Amino acid sequence: MQTADPTPRSDSASVLELTEREYKAGFVTDIESETIPVGLSEDVIRIISAKKNEPEWMLAWRLKAYRHWLTMKEPTWQNVHYPPIDYQSIAYYSAPKTRKDGPKSLEEVDPKLLETYEKLGIPLRERAKLAGVAVDAVFDSVSVATTFRGELEKVGVLFCSFSEAVQKHPELVKKYLGSVVPYSDNYFAALNSAVFSDGSFCFIPKGVRCPMELSTYFRINSANTGQFERTLIVAEEGAYVSYLEGCTAPIRDENQLHAAVVELIALDDAEIKYSTVQNWYPGDKDGKGGIYNFVTKRGACRGRSSKISWTQVETGSAITWKYPSCILQGDNSVGEFYSVAVTNNRQQADTGTKMIHIGKNTKSTIVSKGISAGRGQNTYRGMVKILGKADGARNYSQCDSLLIGDQCGAHTFPYIEVNNSTAQMEHEASTSKIGEDQVFYFQQRGISPEEAVNMIVNGFCKVVFKELPMEFAVEAQKLLGVSLEGSVG
Amino acid sequence: MKQPLLEIENLHANVAGNEILRGVDLTVNAGEVHAVMGPNGSGKSTLAHVLAGRPGYTVTAGSVRYKGQDLLAMAPEIRAREGVFLAFQYPVEIPGVSNVYFLKAAVNAVRKHRGLPEYDAIEFLALVKQKAKIVEIDEDLVKRPVNEGFSGGEKKRNEIFQMALLDPSLAILDETDSGLDIDALRVVAGGVNQLRSPERSMIVVTHYQRLLNYIVPDFLHVLVEGRVVLSGGKELALELEDKGYAWLEKEPPAVAAVR
Repeated sequence: MQTADPTPRSDSASVLELTEREYKAGFVTDIESETIPVGLSEDVIRIISAKKNEPEWMLAWRLKAYRHWLTMKEPTWQNVHYPPIDYQSIAYYSAPKTRKDGPKSLEEVDPKLLETYEKLGIPLRERAKLAGVAVDAVFDSVSVATTFRGELEKVGVLFCSFSEAVQKHPELVKKYLGSVVPYSDNYFAALNSAVFSDGSFCFIPKGVRCPMELSTYFRINSANTGQFERTLIVAEEGAYVSYLEGCTAPIRDENQLHAAVVELIALDDAEIKYSTVQNWYPGDKDGKGGIYNFVTKRGACRGRSSKISWTQVETGSAITWKYPSCILQGDNSVGEFYSVAVTNNRQQADTGTKMIHIGKNTKSTIVSKGISAGRGQNTYRGMVKILGKADGARNYSQCDSLLIGDQCGAHTFPYIEVNNSTAQMEHEASTSKIGEDQVFYFQQRGISPEEAVNMIVNGFCKVVFKELPMEFAVEAQKLLGVSLEGSVG
Repeated sequence: MKQPLLEIENLHANVAGNEILRGVDLTVNAGEVHAVMGPNGSGKSTLAHVLAGRPGYTVTAGSVRYKGQDLLAMAPEIRAREGVFLAFQYPVEIPGVSNVYFLKAAVNAVRKHRGLPEYDAIEFLALVKQKAKIVEIDEDLVKRPVNEGFSGGEKKRNEIFQMALLDPSLAILDETDSGLDIDALRVVAGGVNQLRSPERSMIVVTHYQRLLNYIVPDFLHVLVEGRVVLSGGKELALELEDKGYAWLEKEPPAVAAVR
């Protein structure tokens, strides 16, 4: 601790102690799972498809994606560094072993699994009812239970696992799958399209305001398993939904791959609010282990006056590569991106958004808050593109970086492309550092260094937290505290 | 005889390898106000920071006892909770953290340490209203982020306002007069005087005699090259005003007369 002891303390020395932190979701659940051997080939894809009892069209789509993937190269433009991934050493499917047809109700779900979720504080069962959150939980590759389905069905909201949607609502899946993120979109999206194992599907029919927050909880449990889930959310004319996504994984020394795809579609006057609190295992303080989080998230504001809002709090993962984006196609449509990304220890994040303005009077807002500590590297990468016909388009971007210590980095790459002279663009950026003198000021008033960093960081992120649903905001604040634990000595 | 609040003995301290304090001795009893004066670079502010535990200041010899305990062994926040308050010469800005939120956390950290119940928002706001009068601080400043965009005078007022809220046993005022015009100085000094009490001791560090017209000390010490070379009563200040510090810097420090 800081006393006037005989050890000289430089700015970096005391801030260096930032590293010790505990990952609280790092336990492994001892559960029997069925994992297919590692490696990727057309046969593996056929096995996955067969296990899920998929129709022919689904398999054909997967294979098309796979063949396309084979022609693609892993992207290298992002500002992150990692050893090459051996795609043949990953298992592409792992499911908790259960009765043949999968669980029909919560009672059939393996109690050990439920225990896991309980440890994580996920509101299944009655807790779900109290919290008023409908949860679809994805464990490794398979969706285990969807709560509240009955209540949702009453108002016509479909909320189920992706596999179930393929069986029960093939016409909807066929219509929207890949319509926002085509299988050829990018390397990781193509891989996901070939091998995705499950995910969530959500459909809000015309005029319906979804009566509760919908939520998916993702967890990677098995070793050497990649998680490739797909989420598809469709809000028809005038519909509204708020969707939450949370993620954790056990502590493992190997890196694990998570390559998800999320597609959102909003028709006329519809609104989708998508919030993520990502807490995948970030690796230890020397950078060993951790999740590679390579995710494609994109929303299409297809209809007039539709709105898609992304809020993300990214505290975990060894590497984060994601750019939740909006295609503002409908006139008067609105896209928003609010982000807090934390990199501590050896974590790397390259994250941001794309706002593509196509329709007239389309509006987008970007607020990005990057926090770097330890040896973390935090990159904001954003693109705002105004197409020729987007008369009256407006964008406001704000990118702020906060540095803790002097061994971390913050980088900002804003790209702006304007093809319409009536567009209004605003861009603000700032970089600040939590200084030793600030922390000392708190200490001199009786506040501990940890609490000081917490208060400064929460003040920095306030505008983003405000966008999260209440209980998520509290969670996010706590998570930030844990993520930066010990960041100042 | 009662125990002194603060006993500094033969204190030596380095900053970035340079020895700044070279054997400071100073004793402060409860309720006393001591002024510490001296030329630039004499170690006045260093002494203030060493007492508060600022990182980067290395004590190489000597001891400091506060309420009978080893002050130097305590973390800075523990010193603060034990009642050591430093009014900074250059209060730092904390963007994004509102003054009132910051102060509530500070006051409650101190109260918790002293085994008192923490204030809730309503109790705390009532306290803020009451203490704000002492330095005539604008309520708008209370809501704004800590020191952000404050003028020099507002920052100094905020320091004394914080002192009023935290109710310290030992307040160290580091060049509180610097950068203040005469009106602001009067307000700030007036605030300090209201906070004088038999339970509170103060060390007022200043370069100029001017401040001591407003905050009249019980004792005055002159620091030159890291040592107390002269101690006396408040009238010493006027003599210094006349003669400056140069004559003290030339004379051998050992002969310092106590008047």
